[in-house]
Amino acid sequence: MPRAFTPKVVTANDLLEGDVIYLTPAGGWTRELSEAELITDEAEAQLRLLDAQSQPKIAVGAYLADAKAGEQGPEPTHFREEFRRTGPSNYRHGKQEAAANV
Amino acid sequence: MYKYNDFDSAFLAERNRQFRAQVERRIDGALTEDEFKPLRLMNGLYLQLHAYMLRVAIPYGTLNPDQMRALALLAQKWDKGYGHFTTRQNIQYNWPKLKDVPDMLDALAEVNLHAIQTSGNTIRNVTADHFAGAAADEIEDPRPIAELIRQWSTDHPEFQFMGRKFKIAVSGAANDRAVLKAHDLAVKIVRNDAGEIGYQVLVGGGLGRTPMIGKVLNDYVAADDLLPYIESVISVWNQLGRRDNKYKARIKITVHELGLDKIRELTEDRFAQVRPTFGGADQALFEDIKRHFAAPAFREGGTEAYDAAYEADPVFRAWADTNLAAHKAPGHAIATISIKKHGATPGDATAEQMREMADIAEAYAYGELRISHEQNVILPHVHKNDLPAIHARLKAADLATANIGLISDIIACPGMDYCALATARSIPVAQEIATRFEDLKLEHDVGHLQIKISGCINACGHHHVGHIGILGLDRAGVENYQITLGGDATETAAIGTRTGPGFAYDEIVPAIERIITAYLELRESEEETFLQTYRRVGMEPFKVALYPAAEKKVA
Repeated sequence: MPRAFTPKVVTANDLLEGDVIYLTPAGGWTRELSEAELITDEAEAQLRLLDAQSQPKIAVGAYLADAKAGEQGPEPTHFREEFRRTGPSNYRHGKQEAAANV
Repeated sequence: MYKYNDFDSAFLAERNRQFRAQVERRIDGALTEDEFKPLRLMNGLYLQLHAYMLRVAIPYGTLNPDQMRALALLAQKWDKGYGHFTTRQNIQYNWPKLKDVPDMLDALAEVNLHAIQTSGNTIRNVTADHFAGAAADEIEDPRPIAELIRQWSTDHPEFQFMGRKFKIAVSGAANDRAVLKAHDLAVKIVRNDAGEIGYQVLVGGGLGRTPMIGKVLNDYVAADDLLPYIESVISVWNQLGRRDNKYKARIKITVHELGLDKIRELTEDRFAQVRPTFGGADQALFEDIKRHFAAPAFREGGTEAYDAAYEADPVFRAWADTNLAAHKAPGHAIATISIKKHGATPGDATAEQMREMADIAEAYAYGELRISHEQNVILPHVHKNDLPAIHARLKAADLATANIGLISDIIACPGMDYCALATARSIPVAQEIATRFEDLKLEHDVGHLQIKISGCINACGHHHVGHIGILGLDRAGVENYQITLGGDATETAAIGTRTGPGFAYDEIVPAIERIITAYLELRESEEETFLQTYRRVGMEPFKVALYPAAEKKVA
C-alpha cells in the first residue's frame, strides 16, 4: 500500500541570495516558513512544485518538504528543515540573524 | 613559493572571465540551473543549505602573507567576516551572493589563488604534508611535485568529466602527515638503493561509504616517469571505473574489484603508450618549479630568549610543548597555530585573525604559512628566539590555544549546520566535546588523542581514521551518532571499528567521556597513548564502559 500523503510546503533556494525560500498561497515566495502554503493534497502538491520549477530565475532546486500545521503557520517535521528555516547552530547567522535585526 | 608566470595569469584571467559571463547568463535566464550547475561546481561554487558556498583551493596548503590577506578580504568584503579551513587544505566561504562570486575570484587571482576543480568529477586540489619543506624527517620538499601535478591536472581535457572525483596527496617524509593512504592516489618521495630520489605511488585509498586503505601500486617510479605514470593510472580508471553507480565509482572500488595486480598491469600497458607523449617539457617545467621552492636562508644564532621564556612562563611552556614540531634547521621550530579554541568552530578564523597571522608570518616566519588538513594554520619556519614574541601576539589575537594533537584538536566537517549532504550536525558536537574536557581539565592528562567527526557517511571529517571517530546519521528523523575506535591517519593507517549502537545528540558527549575514563583506567602508564591502549586491550573494555546496561543484560 502506498504511504499516506503527508502535508508539504514547496521550498527552494533563491537564485541570487542562495537563501531558503518557500512558495506562498498567492504563488509568490517568502523567506518565512510560517508564511508558506501548507499543501494537503498530493495532486495539488505536484502542480505547485511544477509551478515553482518553472521559475528558474528565482528558485533553485525546488522540492516538496514535509511540514505540519502550527499556530503560526507551517512548521517543520524534520530537523533538516528546522535548520533550513532557522540557520546554523554555531553562529546566529542566516534567518535567525535577519530576525534579530528586525 | 610558486609564483604565476604569464601563462598562468592569462589562463586564470580567461577562466574567470568565462565564469563571470556564465554567471551573467544564469542570472538573465539564458542558462538553466541544470546547465549552470556543472559550470559553477568546476569553479568551486556550491549551493548549500542556507546559501552559496565558495570553496577556494590552497594548493598543497601553502600560502604567503598576501594570499592570507586576500582570504581575509574575501571574508570581510563578501562574506560574514570569517572563513572555514577545511579537511582538504581548502577554505570555504559560507555566505557569498551569486553576483559577487566573479569579483571574489578576480580578487583571488590577484594573489595567484583560484577555486578551480575544488568540486566536480575532476582531479581535486592536490594536498601535501603541511610541514613540507620544514620537517626534520623529510627526504625532499614534496611541493614542487604537487605544483607540477596541479598545473598538469588543471583543465586537463581527459579528466574534466570523470566518473567521480579524484584526490591526490603528496609527502616527502617518513611520517605520514598527509593521510596518504586515504587518497585515490598518493605520491611518497623515496630513495632507491642507489640513493636516487623517486616516487612510491599508492592507489585506491579512500574514506566515505566504503573506507579503504591505499595500497602500493609501484614502489619506485623514476622522477621523469611520474607524471606519465599518474596519467596512466587515472586514464585506466577513467575508462574502467564504474559509471552506473556513483557509490562504486571511485578508484578504490575499481582496485578492489579488479585486483591490484590487474590495475598495475593495465597501468603498465597504458604507460607504454603515454610515456612517449611526454617529450621532456614536463621535466623542464619541474626544474623551473623547483627553484620557486628553495628554502629560505635560515638565520643562525642561539635560542636563549626561547629557553628563558620556556623556563619562566608556564603558559608559553604549555603552548611550546603541544604546538611546536621539529624543524630541519638548527635553532628553528615549526609552530602550529590552533584554530580549535575550546568551544569555537573547528577551522573557522576571522578576517582579523587571518590578517594577524599574515603579519606574524611576514615579521617572523620568512613569509610562509601552511594550512593543515587538520584545520590548523602553521608557521613552518620560525627561529625559536622569536617564539615568545609570536606567542604574545597569538594570545592577543585569541589564537594561542595549546592543544595540538590533544582531545580538543578535533577535525569536524561543517555538517548539517551548512552542508546540503549532511545527515546530522558535527560542529556543535565538536564544540561540546572540547568544552567538556576543558572543564574537566583532563586534556593534557589524556595526551595524544585525535577525535574526527563527520556529519554524514561521505566522511569529510575523516572519522574512519580518527582514534575516536564519530559519524552523525539520521535515524528515523533524529540525529544519531556512531562511534568508531582505533582509526589511524598516519603511515600505520587503519580504519576504526564500530563500537555498537549509536547515541542520540544529547548522549554523545557523555559517551565520549566514558571512553576517555575507561582509557585512563586501562592505560599502563601516562606514556601509553589512547591508540596504544586500544591496540593492546582491544574493543571489549571500551564496549563495557560504553554500554554498561547492555553488558549486564547479556551477563
